[in-house]
Amino acid sequence: MPDTVAKPAPLEVSLHQSGPIPLAADFRCAAGELLALVGPSGSGKTTLLRSIAGLYRPQGGRIACGEEVWFDADRRLALPPQRRRLGLVFQDYALFPHLTALGNVMVALHHLPAAERRRRAEQWLIRVRLEGLAGRHPAELSGGQRQRVALARALAREPRVLLLDEPFSAVDQVTRRRLQRELALLREEIAIPIVLVTHDLDEAAALADRLCVLHAGHTLQTGPPQSLFRRPSSPQVARLLDRHNVFSGEVVMEGDERRLAWGPWRLEVAEGLASLAPGTRVAWYLPASDVVLHRRGRPSLGERENPVSARVEELVVLGGMTSVTLAFGHTPGRLGFEIATHAARRNGLARGEAVQVSLLAAGIHLMPEASTSGDDAMSLP
Amino acid sequence: MDWTALSVSLHLAALTALLLLPAGLWLGRALAGSRSRAKPLGEALIALPLVMPPTVLGFYLMQAFGLEAPFGGLWVRLFGEGLNFTFEGILLASLVANLPFAVQPVQRAFEAVPANLREAAWCSGLSPLHTLWRIELPLVWPGIVSAMALTFAHTLGEFGVILMVGGAIDGETRTLAIAIYDRVQAFDESGAATMSAMLLLVSFVTIGVVYGLAGRRRWRRA
Repeated sequence: MPDTVAKPAPLEVSLHQSGPIPLAADFRCAAGELLALVGPSGSGKTTLLRSIAGLYRPQGGRIACGEEVWFDADRRLALPPQRRRLGLVFQDYALFPHLTALGNVMVALHHLPAAERRRRAEQWLIRVRLEGLAGRHPAELSGGQRQRVALARALAREPRVLLLDEPFSAVDQVTRRRLQRELALLREEIAIPIVLVTHDLDEAAALADRLCVLHAGHTLQTGPPQSLFRRPSSPQVARLLDRHNVFSGEVVMEGDERRLAWGPWRLEVAEGLASLAPGTRVAWYLPASDVVLHRRGRPSLGERENPVSARVEELVVLGGMTSVTLAFGHTPGRLGFEIATHAARRNGLARGEAVQVSLLAAGIHLMPEASTSGDDAMSLP
Repeated sequence: MDWTALSVSLHLAALTALLLLPAGLWLGRALAGSRSRAKPLGEALIALPLVMPPTVLGFYLMQAFGLEAPFGGLWVRLFGEGLNFTFEGILLASLVANLPFAVQPVQRAFEAVPANLREAAWCSGLSPLHTLWRIELPLVWPGIVSAMALTFAHTLGEFGVILMVGGAIDGETRTLAIAIYDRVQAFDESGAATMSAMLLLVSFVTIGVVYGLAGRRRWRRA
């Protein structure tokens, strides 16, 4: 296998521009790390990737891979894509239709002597498990096979950074799972920074070491998936991560203890209340996994913790799991969680029924209340 | 059968197609990649010979080639001979009249190459020149062959422009198309019929070659 020429180095990106596509992005991706850029369409994910690749030139900022500076607006330095040692897998793979699988990979080995190119390209095709298909043209390959050719072509250049632009969006789900598994395995062999752009949160959570949440070109929060899912830094991040149990409350004193006032309830919160002055308004979020449904007529574990009563507004059975939406008298906000369908049946859950749930104190996460700047998810009374 | 006229026609058509090839490539690629506001103006100018009556185009070219006109005068000073009623004159007129046939198929072919293929080539380390040579040209060559064949075939059949600029001087400017007209004027219908059949055959073979080559591409767009 190709020997690594340069020592693996981190990718550091800091880009800023006011328009036409606004950017305010800062992130770092260590060697061997997989960082997923997530955000809705138009959040600037692809523009960031294109900037790293040298296909788009932002007004300000800096991009460096270890000692190599690829872009520095202050020094008017912008290396062309050819001089940035990186591999890019395009969303639709961008395979050269007139070249075979082997020919496609050989294009990226242009820097080697002609005799060496073919041998290396064949090795790369074996490595992505395409042995026997070297002579096929892209049109004669399946979606998953094309993606592998694109990956082999990107890696053949022995890049210092690997960029993946929605690489699994053009294949069916079975193929997607398999390719995702292969990417996870491949990561054990290549110790370079990998930046994955995706709008699929499950995919990002499964593959990435860290997520970087983007909105309108701004990097809002970066961190390990589970910590982001449980501790979003703002209601906006929670919404972008498809977490909907966001409410508004106020810090109050009850005896000597601080509590979170939410409608008629005074909620215990495990972390974060101590530093807040009574009277402070906060936004709070509760992961769906931290909602505990009380059994009818039989007390259950954790039932004393923040018990609240609600009305079942919606029940959606999705196979083995049932998604439950609860409504409250004091707020238009809705609390959603999932329980096993058999448990929902056993509890006789039905639309319009009154239920009791506990909001686990350890799960309640306090955030600064949303600014008014266009955050529609937080229009609370 | 006027073999001299056929020879003039074939010479003229081959030279026109060859000389327009680099111009067609350059203009076609530039227009395909252009996002300039002046692009429609450039496209309109190139397409103009398609819609103008050939006699009108021929008239303006004849005027421009005249000894008193700046262009014609310059030509005489450079080469010692005028352009009207010479082979060089009808060749130059052919180049102008056939520009749209040389540019448009090439432009369409370049436009059909997805932009991200070029970017994928750059990200694979290919220089812009290598990208043109190894990725773009192999993808656009049916467009280039089309352009050359159309230019060749159209020049063979060109009549109005040639007659205005070149007249019908035997062995110099009398092309097969003009020879046919002369025969009809002289009531030699069988002579005209032989030459017409010859032009029909050459045109058909040329167009057949274009479609044959275009259909033989081994790859399909993925």
